[in-house]
Amino acid sequence: MTLAAAEKRLGWGLAAPALLWTVAFFVLPFLAMLALSFARMEGREVVAGFDPGNYIRIFTDWTMFKALLNSLEITVVVTVVSVVLAYPLAAIIAFRVPARWQRLALLLAVLPFWTSYVVRSYAWLLVLGQNGVVNKALLGLGLIAEPLEIAATRTATVIGFVHFFVMLLTLTIYANLIQLSPNYARAAADLGAGRWQTFRHVILPLTLPGVVTGAFLTFVLCIGDYITPQILGGNAELTLPQLIMLQMGRSGNFPLASALSVVLMAVVTLAYFASSRWLRLDRV
Amino acid sequence: MRALSWAYLAIAYAFVFLPVAVLVAFSFQDGRLPVPPFQGVTLDWYAKVLGDRDLMAALVNSALVAAVSSLIALILGFLAAHALARVRLPGSVLLRGVLIAPMTVSYLIIALGLLTVFNQTGVRLSLWTAGIGHVVINLPLCFAITYAAMGDHQKNAERAARDLGAPEWKVLALVSAPMLAAPLAAAFFLSVTFSWDEFIIAFLLTRFDVTLPVEIWSMLRSGISPATNAVGSLVFLVSVTLVVVLEVFVFRRAKT
Amino acid sequence: MTAGVSIRAVTQRYGSALALDGVDLEITAGEFVVLLGPSGCGKTTLLNIIGGFAEPTSGAVLIGGRDMAGVAAKDRPTTTVFQDYALFPHMTLAENVGFGLRMRGMAKAARDAKAAEMLALVGLEGRAARRPHELSGGQRQRVALARALAVEPDVLLLDEPLGALDLKLRRAMQDELKAIQRRVGTTFVHVTHDQEEAMAIADRIVVMNGGKIADIGPPREVYLRPKSLFSAGFMGEVNKVPVVGGKSALGPLAVPDGVLCIRPEAISESGALRLGPCRVEETTFFGTYLRAHVSPLAAPDLRLVVHLAQGAAPELGSVLDLGAQDFVVLEA
Repeated sequence: MTLAAAEKRLGWGLAAPALLWTVAFFVLPFLAMLALSFARMEGREVVAGFDPGNYIRIFTDWTMFKALLNSLEITVVVTVVSVVLAYPLAAIIAFRVPARWQRLALLLAVLPFWTSYVVRSYAWLLVLGQNGVVNKALLGLGLIAEPLEIAATRTATVIGFVHFFVMLLTLTIYANLIQLSPNYARAAADLGAGRWQTFRHVILPLTLPGVVTGAFLTFVLCIGDYITPQILGGNAELTLPQLIMLQMGRSGNFPLASALSVVLMAVVTLAYFASSRWLRLDRV
Repeated sequence: MRALSWAYLAIAYAFVFLPVAVLVAFSFQDGRLPVPPFQGVTLDWYAKVLGDRDLMAALVNSALVAAVSSLIALILGFLAAHALARVRLPGSVLLRGVLIAPMTVSYLIIALGLLTVFNQTGVRLSLWTAGIGHVVINLPLCFAITYAAMGDHQKNAERAARDLGAPEWKVLALVSAPMLAAPLAAAFFLSVTFSWDEFIIAFLLTRFDVTLPVEIWSMLRSGISPATNAVGSLVFLVSVTLVVVLEVFVFRRAKT
Repeated sequence: MTAGVSIRAVTQRYGSALALDGVDLEITAGEFVVLLGPSGCGKTTLLNIIGGFAEPTSGAVLIGGRDMAGVAAKDRPTTTVFQDYALFPHMTLAENVGFGLRMRGMAKAARDAKAAEMLALVGLEGRAARRPHELSGGQRQRVALARALAVEPDVLLLDEPLGALDLKLRRAMQDELKAIQRRVGTTFVHVTHDQEEAMAIADRIVVMNGGKIADIGPPREVYLRPKSLFSAGFMGEVNKVPVVGGKSALGPLAVPDGVLCIRPEAISESGALRLGPCRVEETTFFGTYLRAHVSPLAAPDLRLVVHLAQGAAPELGSVLDLGAQDFVVLEA
């Protein structure tokens, strides 16, 4: 056996466990789910086959299609708002806060990240609910006469999501800003660019890959999340993950749930291709 | 401009901390509901939570699942990263893509796929099945972090070890792993926190023994209560302690 | 197009550290001045203060007679060539070079024409559509130069611009830099720690040490007639012999009190200031000269470095009667 061949065998041997695990517990399950999405329900029995009925139903049944639209709208709004709010925060920490306090400022800005994920949405419920802190405060200040109906609305879902993703994006954008050579900004200023021009022509384009990568992660995590809309949005309007859980739980309709998941996955894939020019997933 | 920056920073911190502050404050509520008005301070809810056998069992389960699944993900990820960084394998770009892929897929879909397979093959749901799911989500993370950390100077140290007669497993155990101690620790603890906090996979892939997020979820279904605040505050305290310890002992050292 | 720079009693303090200690310097319009010194001597701090990237704790900077206090970098008649070039990686060379003109509101066609002209000046004609990552280190350096010159600054500041280049390329770029400066006539203030580079390009060298100016003058003067021991040592190798009351380790010497400094190439068998017989300890062939370590018989512990003619081939252990044809005596 040649040296190169021995080397190669060793490589395969070391990579095999991870590859096998990923194939067995990720690729195959996904294929199984894909196959199941083309099955039919007869009563409570799953009948295998190649039936596009589930997909036709998703795009023709208004309640299903509406869930897809809801998910898309919420996700797009959350992604845009989170980026717009997180960028200045990251920039202030990177450029305004003195260097020795930056780690601390950053750690503080993302500390609530570490509250349990279920609890975080629950905490927002306490804040936004009819008897919650926000309503009590606004009533007490006399700014409103009636408690606002925020909980169990889309607004609550969006607030809960934005809270989480502002923290995530602040981390990724900060990491991008801080690795830029300070000489880029100095060179721009040196050549006559004002603050805004420096940002617009130099800093923003240079951090765009990081921003897009963070936005893509936000998109993926947001559109697939069940807990936040379930706790904060209630059942008034469903998102795709809520609908999937509903189909699995109450109706036991696994084929339809699978088809909905495939649609969800397709949306994420589209988002991936839309942003792939700037994506740097290996450098998260 | 400067004043505006500080104002923005202050508002951002207020927004970010608002739910946590409310959560913690009302965990001391001397009343049945964790909403204003504040009726006085009590530690009763903490006593109740710490005495709750189901919750404590769920906590132990979560810790076990997190530790074991993260360890498996770390070992598999490290070995694969080592192989792909060192040996030129055919189609290594594709292999890397396959290993990273679960990172771009919603947890819900991963859980649903696994549930489908477990149902079809008759595997009973347990902490083990949830653990399998957690390895799937953490493996890409461990792989990516260690892969990114493998640089040239590491490669040279490994060459030197082989040159001095070390067999491959000793190179891995005595040279590669210790040199990568900081990124390995970072990957492990990140995995632990993800697994510890993960809900949907644990929810769909466990049955009788459940993890902490699933147990908290079932608490929520019986309405809001300061007990939930108390659990949330405790989990927050533990996580923050872990983060601070990491910051001080792992990341700070990794930088120097 | 060009202007003088006056630096008046500039002091810069970082906490308790004194980076610049009352520096006074007059630079005339169109001059090529090199700030030379070891790292931490304050040369880069001074450059940053001229460029407007740092404000001095006290003192004033005037450019073309105008006080620069409170004038931001973007409004100063200076531009900088940065050590890491700081070329914008997402822009083409034309966009990089035209950036300053764009900030001044020049139309695209006009600034593309100017960019092409500037790229031609630095020998990169026809590469306007390339991006920085496609270039070699030396080419990037030229683009940075073209970008800084495109806005026709009165003063160009260069922060160790050749530091990242290998030796051969560095020597070639020095000549080019000098030629370009002659052509555009702009005042150049150039920072380096390489004394050969400084001598190759400077009209005047400012040697800095510990936040102060240790010496200043044309290269020849700074090298041959240094005004401080630090400057003598930094500009090149030097033999130092302390002299007190006309006496030294070599015996009586007819020079004033102080430290006698002699460059290795100033020592030969015919030099006027006699150093006495010296034993050859070691020789190494350096191409243009023969470098020898010798120790005077009068002071066997003292070691002098001597550059002998290329053709000289003294035996080890042989004794040469040496003298110095040129020397300076400096305060200890």
